Order: sequence, then structure tokens, then C-alpha cells
Amino acid sequence: MKRAAFALGLALLASPPALAFDYALRAEKIAEDTYLVPGRMEHFTRANGGNIVNTAFVVTGDGVVVIDSGPSLDYGRQLRALIATVTDRPIRLVLVTHAHPDHYLGDGAFADVPVAALPATRAEIEAMPGAILDGIYRLVGDAMAGTSSEPPRESVAPGPMTIGGHDFELIALDGHTAADLAVLDRTTGVLFAGDLAFLARTPTTPQADIDRWLAALVRLRALSPLLIVPGHGPAAPPPAALDQTEAYLRWLKQTLGAAAAEGRDAAEILALPLPPEFAGLAVAREEFARTVAHLYPAFERAVLSDD
Amino acid sequence: MIARRALLAGMAGLAMGPRIGRAGPTPDDPLQSVNWGLMREAFLGDAPFVFDDKVSVTAPTSAEDAMQVPFLIDATRLSRVLRILVFADLNPINRILDFTPGRLAPVLAARFKIQQATPLRAAALDGQGRWHVGGLWIDAMGGGCTAPALAHGEADWTARLGETSVRVFDREGRKRIRLQIRHPMDTGLAAGIPAFFIEQLVLTDAAGEVLGELATSEPVSENPLFTFELPTALGLSEVGIRARDNNGNVFSRKVTL
Repeated sequence: MKRAAFALGLALLASPPALAFDYALRAEKIAEDTYLVPGRMEHFTRANGGNIVNTAFVVTGDGVVVIDSGPSLDYGRQLRALIATVTDRPIRLVLVTHAHPDHYLGDGAFADVPVAALPATRAEIEAMPGAILDGIYRLVGDAMAGTSSEPPRESVAPGPMTIGGHDFELIALDGHTAADLAVLDRTTGVLFAGDLAFLARTPTTPQADIDRWLAALVRLRALSPLLIVPGHGPAAPPPAALDQTEAYLRWLKQTLGAAAAEGRDAAEILALPLPPEFAGLAVAREEFARTVAHLYPAFERAVLSDD
Repeated sequence: MIARRALLAGMAGLAMGPRIGRAGPTPDDPLQSVNWGLMREAFLGDAPFVFDDKVSVTAPTSAEDAMQVPFLIDATRLSRVLRILVFADLNPINRILDFTPGRLAPVLAARFKIQQATPLRAAALDGQGRWHVGGLWIDAMGGGCTAPALAHGEADWTARLGETSVRVFDREGRKRIRLQIRHPMDTGLAAGIPAFFIEQLVLTDAAGEVLGELATSEPVSENPLFTFELPTALGLSEVGIRARDNNGNVFSRKVTL
């Protein structure tokens, strides 16, 4: 019996590695030289392999600029393979918009090229508790194989950046997290808003500061882009994503503030009705429940401490 | 191999003593918890009980923050409630709260630390000595009970220990009292940090008579936030709040209704 078990163990060791999860990524041309790789408007599941996020790339005359690397090592590899089907130019730069795992865990597939983020984003990723990655492994499973969380090796500063005939403007904002990078390609008028903008999908708030996020939206509006690529949801001309994100944040602030003033407990407000304009957004109920955990305690403290 | 497995099972049986017969799920448990048998024995003993939706437990079905899972217990649909026990079947420390409402309404909200996915239950004892058990499953990534309190990352947490914020809200026929006490509520399960937690909270009237009493255990969240309700008809003008932790610290204050 022991020998049989040993033989079985050897057979398992000798079997070829499991096939990588197939993300079936596709590149959608949204402007000259510019491609969106749309993710599903869902939560992390085994079925979607964590692909709940938009990534994008711009094929410049001097190589490809990639915006966000996706939720896993295998996603990053498949994104790179997808880019190679569109152009044979090399990857010039990967920009990470912010420190949320679905946006940067594909970095491992770009270890041989510059990967850059705002300094505060690098610091946030450096300080990321291992439990965050554990949580995603738990939800997504095998598709995460080999993925690790490493901060981007290079920093970018806000301001103009011209690459291969494309005039980019890097804008350093915050509010969704402590550091949110927005990228405007002035050559095409496309704004890569990261998770400062959501469209048709409920915004996420684990590190959100509602007032600072609203201020960032004012800055994005002032850029007058022709097309906005949100972090989650379809690309669309302004102001759709900005309006929807702003309206949701204002509603959150008003609703959570009013509930705290009425003395409601967090457990009670989980089931509050969502207004029709938000109830139809993807994962609305789940994200609202998460937001209660993220943001409601500060509203409660504010009400309790002014006695 | 088979013999060894049988031996291990036998040893487990010895270690658990007479409990072994009650371990495992029971067909009537609506939550089908593997640990219900032990929970019943530990908390309800041989007293009669019924699973009853009249004891409502409101909480998220998935814990976003394992260290602060909010829940609200409402047993006002029962005619008379002497005691409410709140526990989590699969937490390393099961008991969360033991509430004796007295003159307070049988309503209570608080937060707890969750270690892994578990049923959260409230058992309310009625005037006939029968327990009514409500509850729900809460999914969790876990780790809430073994993580150090956030207070240990602050230099001055001891200076503010026991600071209590309180506010009273009017709710249809009742006064709702929400209070938050600064306390790390250490479970003793985080490496190198001994158990240090509030064990008892008493609400009194102006004459010092007890209105209601709450025994609190290690899983109650850091800087605990409690919600109580009392009938407006009691006509009370003020309520005294007195908390004591397992190191003998006493925190007290009054609030005007």
C-alpha cells in the first residue's frame, strides 16, 4: 500500500504542469493606435480568473505603452501575447494606475521592460499585506498560479511625456486610493482614467476618500478628453463615466451621512434600497455592502464624537 | 494504515469525552453547521430550543473586514426575552456576547472578529425557559481573531484607553443608545499579546439600578461599538454606563436622554 502511494506521488510529480487559465483576451481598437482589453464587470471568481478589469495599450512609433497589467501573472503573459498579435514593436513602458491587485499583478510578465507608477503607488504596493493576495488566491484559484505582488521598479512624475509621436500627459490624483495615475494621450484625445472612473459597474471603495475622489473628477473633466477608458466598464465619450461615478459618490456620501445621523448600525444599512440609477449597475448590491464596511465607520465616529 | 486511523479516531473520542455523540450537523439545523451539536451543548445544555426566525440576525453574508463584522440582533417579536447569547460556531472563541436585557429592549448591535467562514447565531431565552435560535452564515477570508489590534501600531493607545463616546437617538417609541469605547479587545490569540478585553458592560438608571447587562468576550471587535434600545415609556432622564475589562480597569460615564 505504501509503495502504491509512493508510485502515485511520483506520477503526480512527473505529470506536466497544468495548462494556464485561458483569459480569451481580445483587443478592441478604440482610437488610432489605441486598444482596450475589456474585462468582465464582475467580482473575482474562478470562472473569470480575476479578469474584472480593463487594461489598454497604445502602439507608438517607439514601442508600446501598456496601461495596467491585469490581475495575474498568466493574464500579463496573455496580454503580452495579445499585443504581439497587433504589433511587432517592443513594449516600451508599462504604467500602473494604482495599487489595486487587479491592475498590477500581471507585472511579473513584464519583468524585462520598464514598469512604472507614482511613488505613492509603489509605496502602497510595498506595504500591501500578504493577506490581500491570499484573498484573491482564495477567490480565483488556479489562474493566480505563480503570481506575486511586487512594487513597480520605476517612478513616474506628473507632466508631459512624449513617446513615439504620442504626447501623453500624466496626471497625479487620488481619492480612489492614496495615489491614482490618470493618463491622457493628447494625440488621440483618449483619457485612461484608471479607477477614478467607472461606467455601468459600481465603483469600489477599499481605500476611497470620497471628497478627494470628487475633486479628482473635477480635474479629469477639465482635461476635455474625447474618449474615456474607465478602470471597469466600456470606453465612452465624456461625460458618461465621470457623471455616473460622481453621482454614485455623492449618493454614498449623502446616504451614509444620513444613516449615521439617524443612529443606524452598519448591519442595518446593508439592505437599504439602492436608487434605480445605481441598482442596475453591475455588482451594485455587493459593492454597496463592501462600501459600508470601508466607509461607514468614519461616518459613525463623526456622529458619536460630537456629543 | 486503517488501524492507525481507527486509533486516532478513538483518541479523539476520548479527548472529547461524552461530547462525541453530539458532534456533527443535525438534520434540523437550518445552517447545517458541523459544529452545531457542540454549540448546543455548550450554550443551551439540555434546555428545550427551537430554530426561530423571530430572532433576527442581520449581518453581511460575506465579511469584508474580518476584524469588524457588524451584526444586529432583534428578538422583539418574542413576547418576553430574559437573555440573548450570541456565538459563532466556527470561531476559535465561540462566545461573543451574553446579554441580559432587563428593562432594555431585546435589541443589540455590535461587531465581532471572524476567523473563518462561520454561522453567527443568536439564542434568545423566553419566559418559559425555551431558547429561540436565529442565525446566518458569514463567509470570510478570515484571520480576524489572530491579527493584532490596530491600537498596537499607535504610540499612545494606552493614554486614550476607555474613552467613551455616546449618543442617543429617537427611534419609534424607543431611545437608541450607541456607545463606543476605546479598547484593543485583544483575544490573546495574536502572538505575544495577552488577552485584554472588556468583560462586562452595565447600563443603570439615575438611581444606580441596573437596566440591563452585557457580558462581552474576546471576539468583540476593537474599539467596540454597541447599540442598545430602551422603551421611551420608561421615562428615564439619564443612563449610566459602566464597563470593566479583565485587567480590572473600569470606565464609566453618564448620558442624558
